[in-house]
Amino acid sequence: MAEFLTDIQGIWEIVRFPLGALMCLAGALLCLVGTVGVLRFPDIYTRLHAASITDTSGAALVLIGMMLLSPGWLIVAKLFAICVFLFLTSPAASHALANAAHTAGVQPIIGRVGSSDADGEDA
Amino acid sequence: MAYFLGLVIALVAFWLGMSGHNTPLILSLGGVSVALTCILAYRLDIIDREGSPYVRLFGFLAYFPWLAKEIVKANVTVIRACLKADLDIAPALVKVKTICKSDLAKVTFANSITLTPGTVTVEIEGDKLLVHGLYEQDAQPEAFAEMDQRSARAIDGKGAAA
Amino acid sequence: MIAAALIAILIGMALLMLRAFIGPTLYDRILAVNSFGTKTVLALGLLGFVMKRPEFLDIAITYALINFVSTIAILKFFRYRSFQVPLVRRGSGGNADG
Repeated sequence: MAEFLTDIQGIWEIVRFPLGALMCLAGALLCLVGTVGVLRFPDIYTRLHAASITDTSGAALVLIGMMLLSPGWLIVAKLFAICVFLFLTSPAASHALANAAHTAGVQPIIGRVGSSDADGEDA
Repeated sequence: MAYFLGLVIALVAFWLGMSGHNTPLILSLGGVSVALTCILAYRLDIIDREGSPYVRLFGFLAYFPWLAKEIVKANVTVIRACLKADLDIAPALVKVKTICKSDLAKVTFANSITLTPGTVTVEIEGDKLLVHGLYEQDAQPEAFAEMDQRSARAIDGKGAAA
Repeated sequence: MIAAALIAILIGMALLMLRAFIGPTLYDRILAVNSFGTKTVLALGLLGFVMKRPEFLDIAITYALINFVSTIAILKFFRYRSFQVPLVRRGSGGNADG
C-alpha cells in the first residue's frame, strides 16, 4: 500500500508541471478571448459579459495552474486567497459598473444585433 | 460573540497563510494586527450576521459546485459568441423576481447571476432584479428559478425555499 | 509554456489599452481599466513563476485589493462628483439583517 502511494506521488510530481503549465496557457488564451470580446461587442453591457470571461474562467484556470506548479503550501494558500478575492469582488465591480451606467442613462442595445451593424456604435 | 470568534479565527488563518514566518517578533506583530482589525471592526459596528457570515459557510460550500458547473456552461456560450466570425447576439433586459428574504441571500443570488458570464444584474429594487442578458432566450425569468431556489436554500436555510 | 501564457496575457493587456483609449463612454474606459487590473494580477503571478520568485504573489494580492477599491472609488466619484458623500442604501432603516 505504501509503495503504491509512493508511486502515485512520484507520478504526480512528474505530471503536475506540464498539467499546470497547460492550464496556465489555457487560462491565458481565455483571457485573450475575453479581450477580443471586449473589443468586438457593441455596447457597454455586452462588453461586461465578455470581461466576465476573464474574471471567472480565465482567472480560475490560471490560478489553478499556478497552484499545480507551486513549490509549497504557502504559495497555494496565497493563490487560494487571490482566487477567493477575485470571485468575491469581480461580480461586485461588474454590478457597480452596470448600475452606474444604467443610472447615468446609458441605454442598452436591445434585440438581435446582426453582423451588418455590428460596429455601428463604436470606433 | 460567535461572529467575533469567527472573525478572529479567519484573521489568524489569513495571517498564517500569508506570512509563513514563525519567529516570535513576526507572530506578535500578527497578533497586534489581528487585535487592531477586531477593534476597528467593532468600532465600525460590522460584527454581525452580515459582517462575518461563517455560519452559512457550509450551505455555501454545498452551493458552490453547482454554481461552478453553471459558470462553465455559460462560459462556453459566451466564448462561442466572442469568437464567431459574424457577431450574432440578442441582448435583452429582463425583470426577475426573487424569493430570497434576507439581504445576504439576495446578494448571493445577484452575485451568482453576475458571476455567470452572459448575465449581469443591473439593478436591485426590493425583491425585483433587473438583469441584462447576452442572449434573449437564455435570460428568461424561468432560467434563474433554480439558481434562486438554491441560493435561498444555501443562505436562508432549509425552510426558506418553499 | 508559462512564458507563452504570460505573453498571451500581455497581448490581452495591450488590446485592452486600445479599448480604454477608443471607448466611447466613460464606463467603457472604466471597464477596460478594471479588466486590465485583473489581468495584471494574473500577469504578476505568472511573472513570479517565470522568474522563480513566488514572492511576487504578495504584490499580486495587494494589486487585486487596490484594483477593486479603485474601481469602486472611481465609479463613486463620477456618480457624485465627490468622495465626501456617504453611501446609504435606499430605504434602509438601519436593520442590517433585512
